[in-house]
Amino acid sequence: MKPGRKIEEKIFRGLMIFSTYFILAILAIIIYTIFHKGMKSLTWAMLTQIPKGGYYYGKEGGILNAILGSLYLAIGATCLAFLIGLPVALYMNVFLVRHKKVVAFIRFLLDLVWGIPSIVYGAFGFSMMIFFGLQTSLLAGILTVTMFIIPIMIRSMDEILRTVPTGLMEASYSLGSNKSETAFRIFTRQASSGIITAILLSFGRAIGDAASVLFTAGYTDNLPNSLLEPVATLPLSIFFQLSSPVPAVQDRAYASALVLTVIILVVSLFSRGLGKRYHNTKINF
Amino acid sequence: MGGKAMINTKKITIKNLNVFAGKTQILKDINIEIPENKITVIMGPSGCGKTTLLKCMNRLTDLYPELKVTGDIRINGNNILKAGEDIYELRQNMGLLSQRPYPLPMNIYNNVAYALKLRGIRKKREIQKMVVHYLQQATLWDEVKHRLREPASRLSIGQQQRLCLARGLAVDPGIILADEPTSALDPISSQYIEQKFVELKNDYTIVLVTHILRQAKRIADYVVFIYLGEVIEQGTVQEVFENPKMEKTKQYLSGTFN
Amino acid sequence: MIVSLMIVSLLPFFLFLGLYLKSFLLLHDYHLGNLLFSKEWKPGIGKFGFYPFIVGSIWVTLLAMLISAPICLLSAIHVTQFTKKHVLRIMHPAIDILAGIPSVVYGLWGILVIVPFISRYLGPFFGVQTMGYSILAAAFVLAIMIIPFILNILIEIFRTIPIALKESSLALGATEWQTVKHVLVKKALPGIIAAFGFGLARAFGETMAVLMVVGNVVKLPHSVFDPGYTLPALIANNYGEMLSIPKYDSALMFAALVLLGVSLFFNLIMHFFIIRFNKY
Repeated sequence: MKPGRKIEEKIFRGLMIFSTYFILAILAIIIYTIFHKGMKSLTWAMLTQIPKGGYYYGKEGGILNAILGSLYLAIGATCLAFLIGLPVALYMNVFLVRHKKVVAFIRFLLDLVWGIPSIVYGAFGFSMMIFFGLQTSLLAGILTVTMFIIPIMIRSMDEILRTVPTGLMEASYSLGSNKSETAFRIFTRQASSGIITAILLSFGRAIGDAASVLFTAGYTDNLPNSLLEPVATLPLSIFFQLSSPVPAVQDRAYASALVLTVIILVVSLFSRGLGKRYHNTKINF
Repeated sequence: MGGKAMINTKKITIKNLNVFAGKTQILKDINIEIPENKITVIMGPSGCGKTTLLKCMNRLTDLYPELKVTGDIRINGNNILKAGEDIYELRQNMGLLSQRPYPLPMNIYNNVAYALKLRGIRKKREIQKMVVHYLQQATLWDEVKHRLREPASRLSIGQQQRLCLARGLAVDPGIILADEPTSALDPISSQYIEQKFVELKNDYTIVLVTHILRQAKRIADYVVFIYLGEVIEQGTVQEVFENPKMEKTKQYLSGTFN
Repeated sequence: MIVSLMIVSLLPFFLFLGLYLKSFLLLHDYHLGNLLFSKEWKPGIGKFGFYPFIVGSIWVTLLAMLISAPICLLSAIHVTQFTKKHVLRIMHPAIDILAGIPSVVYGLWGILVIVPFISRYLGPFFGVQTMGYSILAAAFVLAIMIIPFILNILIEIFRTIPIALKESSLALGATEWQTVKHVLVKKALPGIIAAFGFGLARAFGETMAVLMVVGNVVKLPHSVFDPGYTLPALIANNYGEMLSIPKYDSALMFAALVLLGVSLFFNLIMHFFIIRFNKY
């Protein structure tokens, strides 16, 4: 080998190792920053109280309104997306199995929708609200976020359902069950842990997004009492607290970010743990 | 050709070769001597370790860190399994034909030129001349001479396999390793390749892995029968096919094997 | 089932139609070219020039890609070709976590780490006085946000290339790096382009994190240390007052429509690259 080539090889190997460790290092720095800054100002009161008068100027209170609001919103949207998404995913993988082109086109559409930025959903949701004369509310927020996570939900379930062997289907047919029964029984049982992964993934997306709820869910210091009232969310709460000129309030933003990050980390670790069963490594010779 | 000229110089000598993948042993104490300028056929049911044996010879086993290879493989006297061997030079001494043809993602011309450049040939005119030469050697030239700039993936599978042969010959190897090279091909293309091997053995040492008995019988000079990672029997094609010594070989040859 | 399917399939058309109808008011009164290329943004007196926002978005997005793309490509090659399997086993959860961290948290991290870094070290190093809130800060935060996204696709792409192709090149005596350079990257090229394209589309639409660090100044940027403004940030920042000024809401919906168009366009094209990659 020529020396010039050897140097080129060494340089690129070095760059590759650097890139990989750079990514891991950035992740470590982000996690460290969030925990380091957040732990300092995280108190029990913050998690259990709603903002009291003057909270945004550094007075007493907490972010319970945003924690609960985010949970309500994310759970609502995830449930709704699941109810709409599961039938679609099943339909694609049971009834349309023989129409490969149709399924491919639907997947293509879903992937397109997946790529649309959440702010566009927010703007669209807002214009729909005006059209129907709705106020910013939990309901409007749920509907908008549902639109936003549906492609994620369907495509993740779809990827799992695709891997369910068709032999299983045929065995079920030959036992005489009709198509719908097959679909719901066999498929869901086979793919149940994969479906839970899809749900968790969608939930993580729903709870972390700010741009889609900015217009639609509104913001309030109170706990949500009905679907038609505005609701606070964690991402927005972080954003507003951070915009405050008071350092003590900014510190609370860091703590709120820690809360949100922990929720998402837990969800993400859960779904990884469940998904693991599908990643079996085999050596083929 | 008779039995007398059969066993002359040994090109490759394999001694006490063991290969482990984790706790399972893929190859057990392999001892083979591969004669120069002959076609040596390694046969056996699929999954018996034939492909792994082939990959040991050009150290493609390095790609699989889970494999542990011990023993001796001597080519022209050097133990190629020793650390510090120049594996790039070693591999250039061997052309490889795999089960399915894998043309490189380039045009037909560059598929062969790539191998020539790796050999260190830089002059454009020389490369041009040699590409033609090797395509002719693989009996592909007449079919592709008007479309050298087309992507190689547009060729038929049979043509692709011959392109891979041309590419393999272009590094100027002394040995050709072929891993069931006809298994993905139609009968006519298979015949092409088989004929080619018979022609090439005057200049090359050929090691062919196959599970097709008739193919082995047609072109082999020397036969090694492997079963479950062990060499059951080896010898000239006459010895093994007409007068097998081991019970397992007899069963395998008569097709009453499971 | 069919009803659900219909709703989902028609979603992009609804989105397009809804936003188009809302921005119709603006499109009716102004020339499209004027809207896109006029520099004046004064909603109070009815001047809607989106040019600064479009330029801002393009700067931030391209710069982010410039940082992110080589890192992702090199890392994807590294973990799929040059390391043992356990590195992938570390990399996958790392990618998951990076992908899961919400936009707001990235923005907050940008304010805490990147913005001071630029104003204290990077700016002075280049002899520039800067607040730190800048195109560069946004690009850097964005670059990190799209890493998991691009890297994931790239790893998938490189893993679908059959190992036998690599073997055929190595068997000719090529080194690993020669094989990567001449064979694997070439083979994966449509897929690599697609991964970058998806990343680009994603970066173009990213809102909160960018809004938090980009500075939000309506002005054509002259250097990467200048503050800027992006289309998504424009929408997000002004939702509160959009009903109080005539045609303002229509203008913001138009911005959303542009984002939607860019996103659909890029994703559409990149899908064809993916199809090409799978065909080979």
